[in-house]
Amino acid sequence: MAGRVQGLDRSLVTVTLLLCAYGLATLYSAGQTDVPTVATSIWHKQIIWLALGVGAAAFTFRLSPRMLEWATPYVYGIISFILMLTLVIGRGAGTAASEKSWIAIGGLRLGQPAELAKLAVILMLARWMADQKEPPATLRKLIVPCLILGLPFLLVVLQPDLGSAIVFIAIFFAMLAWSGTKMSLLIMLGSPAIGLILAFSTVAWGAWIVLLFGLLLLWRPYVWEGLAVMLGNIAMGVIALPFWRHLAPYQQNRLLVFLNPDVDPRATGWHVIQSKVAIGSGGLLGKGFTLGTQKRLAFLPAQHTDFIFSVVGEELGFIGVLLALVLFVWLLLTLVRIARRATDPFTSLCVLGIAGMIFTHVVENVGMTVNLLPITGIPLPFFSYGGSFLLTCFLAVGICLRVAYESRQSGYISPGQ
Amino acid sequence: MSAPFHPFALDRRYRLVRWVVLLVFAVLIVAFFRTQILGYSRYRLQSETNRLKEIILPAPRGLILDRNGKVLAENIPGYTISLLPDDTAKLRSRLLQIAPLADLDSDGIDRVLQRFLRAPYQPALVMANADPDLVAKLEERRLNIPGLFIQAEPRRFYPDSIAAAHLLGTVGEVTEDERNSPRYAGLRLGALVGKNGLERQYDDSLRGQDGQRFVEVSAVGRVVREVGAAPTLPPVAGATIRTTIDLDLQRYVSKVFPPGQRGALIAMNPNTGEVLALYSAPGYDPNDFVGGVDPDTWKKLNDNPANPFFDRAIQARYPPGSTWKLLVASIGLRRGVVTMNTRMPIPCTGGLQYGNRYFRCWEPRGHGDLTLAQAIAQSCDVYFYQLGLKLGLTSLLEDVNALGFRSRTGIDLPGEITPEFPGSTEYYDRVYGPRHWTSAVTLNLAIGQGENAQSLIDMVRLYQMLASDGKSRAPYVVHPLPTPTEDLDLSQDQINGLRKAMIGVVEQGTARAARLGDITIAGKTGTAQNPHGPNHGWFIAFAPADKPQIVVGAIVEFAREGPYVAPLVTRVIARYLGVDSTLASNATFRLPADSAPHEVRTLPPGAEPTPFDTTTKPDSGVKLDSTKHGR
Repeated sequence: MAGRVQGLDRSLVTVTLLLCAYGLATLYSAGQTDVPTVATSIWHKQIIWLALGVGAAAFTFRLSPRMLEWATPYVYGIISFILMLTLVIGRGAGTAASEKSWIAIGGLRLGQPAELAKLAVILMLARWMADQKEPPATLRKLIVPCLILGLPFLLVVLQPDLGSAIVFIAIFFAMLAWSGTKMSLLIMLGSPAIGLILAFSTVAWGAWIVLLFGLLLLWRPYVWEGLAVMLGNIAMGVIALPFWRHLAPYQQNRLLVFLNPDVDPRATGWHVIQSKVAIGSGGLLGKGFTLGTQKRLAFLPAQHTDFIFSVVGEELGFIGVLLALVLFVWLLLTLVRIARRATDPFTSLCVLGIAGMIFTHVVENVGMTVNLLPITGIPLPFFSYGGSFLLTCFLAVGICLRVAYESRQSGYISPGQ
Repeated sequence: MSAPFHPFALDRRYRLVRWVVLLVFAVLIVAFFRTQILGYSRYRLQSETNRLKEIILPAPRGLILDRNGKVLAENIPGYTISLLPDDTAKLRSRLLQIAPLADLDSDGIDRVLQRFLRAPYQPALVMANADPDLVAKLEERRLNIPGLFIQAEPRRFYPDSIAAAHLLGTVGEVTEDERNSPRYAGLRLGALVGKNGLERQYDDSLRGQDGQRFVEVSAVGRVVREVGAAPTLPPVAGATIRTTIDLDLQRYVSKVFPPGQRGALIAMNPNTGEVLALYSAPGYDPNDFVGGVDPDTWKKLNDNPANPFFDRAIQARYPPGSTWKLLVASIGLRRGVVTMNTRMPIPCTGGLQYGNRYFRCWEPRGHGDLTLAQAIAQSCDVYFYQLGLKLGLTSLLEDVNALGFRSRTGIDLPGEITPEFPGSTEYYDRVYGPRHWTSAVTLNLAIGQGENAQSLIDMVRLYQMLASDGKSRAPYVVHPLPTPTEDLDLSQDQINGLRKAMIGVVEQGTARAARLGDITIAGKTGTAQNPHGPNHGWFIAFAPADKPQIVVGAIVEFAREGPYVAPLVTRVIARYLGVDSTLASNATFRLPADSAPHEVRTLPPGAEPTPFDTTTKPDSGVKLDSTKHGR
């Protein structure tokens, strides 16, 4: 055991601890409002979750990669079952009050299984991709991973938790790219989504179809594949409007507000406007730790969960934001490095998938606080209050530490060194 | 591609992924740089205004004083209760929270909600006039009611309530229409402005300038810090205005005015035009309107057929009746058509045949052969029919117009009505057509009937001219107006003659019972024809007759005859002159009828105009107008 502790990746441990400390301090500050709210003493609970998280990381660190690979199908199956259960007995709570995303027993909320499902999907995809002798070259080869992804994805969409669903897609593409899938295939796979977004402007959509047609001529996939891609894009253009109408009003508002926050300044736009005001009024050095007026006077919504990064921006200013982002970049680059040096494709893909998950969470969460991206309620790793995701992150960190340990044990030396 | 996880293949992707991560985070950093460094000042300002709410500190309105410095309108401390919510749903729930305490019904809640919708970023006024008990109760619960504001505000108070209601007017919230007019431009919603009377006329000086105070609020509107959030701008009180009113006299008028009667009384200094008292009945309590009138009171006042809002002193027109005879006599004298001793060719036998019509005198037994002085004292209609004919219609119209009985007196009170009188004979040509009318109209005009409707203030002005040197003084309450050019153009002897005749009215004429032993009063009664019921009674008098110090005119609706009004006027005069008024107050007021012959139809059937409508129309608001007059 002592040897294993010696073999911990120091970089990953350090950056994780720094992020945890930074996150906890911010969460403490988020609770310091003029009028006490539920967030006031929430940092006590977060400490408990952190302790549990360290335990969870220790647990996954002790699992050998082979053990993990063996257990993956069971984990995936159990999580899928729990997700289905959530649809039936799920509860809304907190910032996701309208969604059935919580699993609870006897009134005790156990957690949001969608967070754990992200990890399960990463493991399952890694297991399948590692088994391939060569990277998927045709769309038909992608049917199995699409199914692996599709089941939990669909279950999460039905909750409905669109933020998490987007994270699933991001993880999927990141892992496909890492496994060596050609860029052209990824574009063909992702093209219907682009078609859907562009369908709201007929001209843009038309241009996209023409461009796609050109690309297909250039790449020369199988005829049926090309036809499927074209049909998929055209179908998206047709269903875009019904799809839009099918969205819940709050989801429509989030997208509209992203384009123009003044559409609905006192409801959905309120979040974006107040968050931007909080961050912008922080300036270079911020208003001082725990002293953010927007936060203190409760103008900042969900300041301890989804919008916790606005507290950083308001109180610690641009410097504080820069520090947090540098820490996240450090974490991500460390993870990518571990994935690069992994001893086998399965662990490499696992770590990269984890990096993709954290990357998406950070970029989406931080991006929405300055209205760079539309609002989706996904937490900021190590900052936002919330047990399930924190636990997921620690489980993931434990896996990565083990992978790093394995490559060190095998005496890995990078080609550049 | 056969070995996707060959280190070299991985290395390529590793570098790519590193670049992607760095690039995306660079974009994020640029976005934060833009918001925090470049947008700093803008967002800083926004965050300040976000948390600071402006609270208006209403300026106390200026005092209104009487001529001796006694208070007519002042301010007393009052409490306003408002809520500062973020949306209507929250406001509604908070209103429901305080409803049982504040005695708010659903109508009241709706009113507050409407007020909030009009000005959503200001505190919504719940109660403008809360009693201290309620304030104490709410203060106890303040923690549970976010956004509650209790503010001590100066509140308008009229110590004499109903006695000077029409004169002082009321205050109320500025309306949307008013805010669009240049006079009230720039006033905040909910600002108090004068709605009528002096409050409206001198609103600009009385209003003062509101101050402001900032409080720090949380997003739910809870006041977090009261003081020191930002500098406070103290309110500037409105200017005090001193009126010419004699509060003592005004109170006395309101006390002696026949209870339950409709009418008005004006007392004026004939030598300066200063209005000493101005009273209209029925009245209302202007204190009821401070901070919004409650619906029951409003309904009661508004449904009252007597229309208490109507200022009968300046906004009503009545046919002047016999009070008009002094004007006809003056015109006769200035034109040299008659002297005080001139007798008319036909003595009064109870009526006069003119053309194919018979014009009756009010006294069916007849007055016999009279001089002008006697005719004024007896108010003989037959004499004045002949005087009118002697003057001729053209001269009569010309002089009446020149003396300003077709225009407003210009008194500094809002809503003064313009008297009605034909401008020239063209009026008849236009209304009835040329050759469809005869000079018989002159007979009616000569005794104050026909196409003639005057306001009380205009008729008081006539007697003011007679009580001074024959020159008009514009009546005023606060600021003297430029001296008008109207002049009766009579010699002092002629004026004295007329006064003597008017003394005769009080001594032995139509207003005998009104005389007071110690002072000589000169006056004239009148009866206004009223097609809708009993006639209205006029009496206008001044005293002392040789050196007048006060002129008082009164009209009482449905008083049947003028003389009923005379004692009221003489008591007011006695009070002002400091004479023992017991004589007047103990006098019995049973007097013979004055001139009230039925108006003679002088126009062909069909061309007949509708008689001037002199009744107060309760449903038509404040304007009493003869719109039916075929113009």
